Amino acid sequence: MSLTSDPPVEQAAPQQAAPQRAGPPPADAPPALKVVPVRHPWRWAAIVVTAVLIAQFIHGLVTNPAWEWEVFAQFFTAETVLRAVWTTLQLTVYGTALGFALGIVLAFMRLSASPFLRWVAFGYIWAFRSIPLIVQLLFWFNLAYLYKRLDFGIPFGPGFFHFDTMGLVGAMGAAVLGLALHQAAYAAEIVRGGVLAVDGGQLEAAAALGIPRLRQLRRIVLPQAMRSILPNATNEVISLFKGTSIVSVMAIGELFYQVQVIYGRNGRVVPLLMVATAWYILLTTVLSVLQYYVERHFSKGATR
Amino acid sequence: MSTQGAMVEVRSVRKSFGSLEVLKGVDLAVRTGEVAVVLGPSGSGKSTLLRTINHLEKVDSGSVSVDGALVGYKQSGNKLYELREREILKQRTEIGFVFQNFNLFPHLTVLDNITEAPVSALGRPKKGAVESARALLARVGLADKADAYPRQLSGGQQQRVAIARALALEPKLLLFDEPTSALDPELVGEVLDVIKDLAHQGTTMIVVTHEIGFAREVADTVVFMDGGRIVEQGPPGEVLDHPRHERTKSFLSKVL
Repeated sequence: MSLTSDPPVEQAAPQQAAPQRAGPPPADAPPALKVVPVRHPWRWAAIVVTAVLIAQFIHGLVTNPAWEWEVFAQFFTAETVLRAVWTTLQLTVYGTALGFALGIVLAFMRLSASPFLRWVAFGYIWAFRSIPLIVQLLFWFNLAYLYKRLDFGIPFGPGFFHFDTMGLVGAMGAAVLGLALHQAAYAAEIVRGGVLAVDGGQLEAAAALGIPRLRQLRRIVLPQAMRSILPNATNEVISLFKGTSIVSVMAIGELFYQVQVIYGRNGRVVPLLMVATAWYILLTTVLSVLQYYVERHFSKGATR
Repeated sequence: MSTQGAMVEVRSVRKSFGSLEVLKGVDLAVRTGEVAVVLGPSGSGKSTLLRTINHLEKVDSGSVSVDGALVGYKQSGNKLYELREREILKQRTEIGFVFQNFNLFPHLTVLDNITEAPVSALGRPKKGAVESARALLARVGLADKADAYPRQLSGGQQQRVAIARALALEPKLLLFDEPTSALDPELVGEVLDVIKDLAHQGTTMIVVTHEIGFAREVADTVVFMDGGRIVEQGPPGEVLDHPRHERTKSFLSKVL
């Protein structure tokens, strides 16, 4: 697709080139000057130093018996480890999905014209950014200690039906709840930042065309906001993915907890930490690749 | 109550931004099929006036009505009740607006830019909307650009797409806010030609511009604004060639 609508000029270009005859240069022409690019000798020095350091590190990994690679190989695909990886993935997916769903709602509440909604969203974000995740998780985990029974009915009056808190919020439920509520506060600010980065003229044009409000957000604002939301959001997802290791305090069998259990039994600390590390690196790489393709999808019509 | 055949009636409209009063009581009537061109120096309130007509800007007092219906408010007794956003959006589908900076949606193709509002705001079927969009693109001379993205087009082409987008709602009234001010001088003509065509077909429009030649050629009424007031208005032959006010004379002597 050409930038201008002038196809005749493009067609004319080769014809113009033809009549320029390539004769010998005139005798008194100045000598052709050769262009020499700037040299970067220090760049080569830095490359050599870095290469030596990397080679030393790899040599150490291979030759130092303390890494115990045979133990690593034994546990990397062990069934208990694979199940733990699956739990970690579940925590990440649920935490992200619920967190960002709530985060988007909170972001638009903070941007809304209603002072009530703005304050509610601000209060939520303030509270959940202020409480450390680990403290919050322990609170959810111990909810049954605070409130043994949840009643639904008339406020301050009789209840119609009730649940045992212990049965309603299990360890896994408490973990997902905690991660999602925590994530929502951060997601809200990321989404709000993305929406603010969209040119105000876009909303004005959508409003002038009479496009319904929800449609304006979904079709005009969010797709453009996605471009600045995505790099930050991927950061959050990756950080949540590794952050799930924090729920090991609730004795949930996610990757980090499981690895700790195994080396607690057999004493092979280093190779088992390497098992966890390798899985975290592998899955983070997958997420980074995914980020590339999602970002490409949302860059339609953009020049950079 | 309304003047016979008036498409737009602006009555003693006042508007302030903070302590700055931008419109100090403006009255304006534009008849159906008429082209009104609003001239005036920067900061005279021309753009704000235009934006109150489709309620992109709320008025502090006074009223605006289009085709006999109040814009943004409902009268009951001697009170004006502000309409809900949904009702205001519905009113705006009858008033086309073309911005100085085009404001095309950069992530949508030219075709999707044009079909978005007819489909989502008027509930037209997608297929019919695509057909009319292609016809409109042909009308503004861009039939081959349906699948391009806005950034692949020149400024003049983008503004012509924006005009097609406004026309897709088949509005009763078209408002142009300095439609050629963001364009390279050699691209101004192609956009003005499209607007002239619309004028000759009897579209009612209000055009805020600095193009005096365009005003002379197309306008039925030229409105000159300064300091938040309409200083004088009348046929182009009167206002442009025999201005009565000193302010109009000094403005025209600088821009002509």
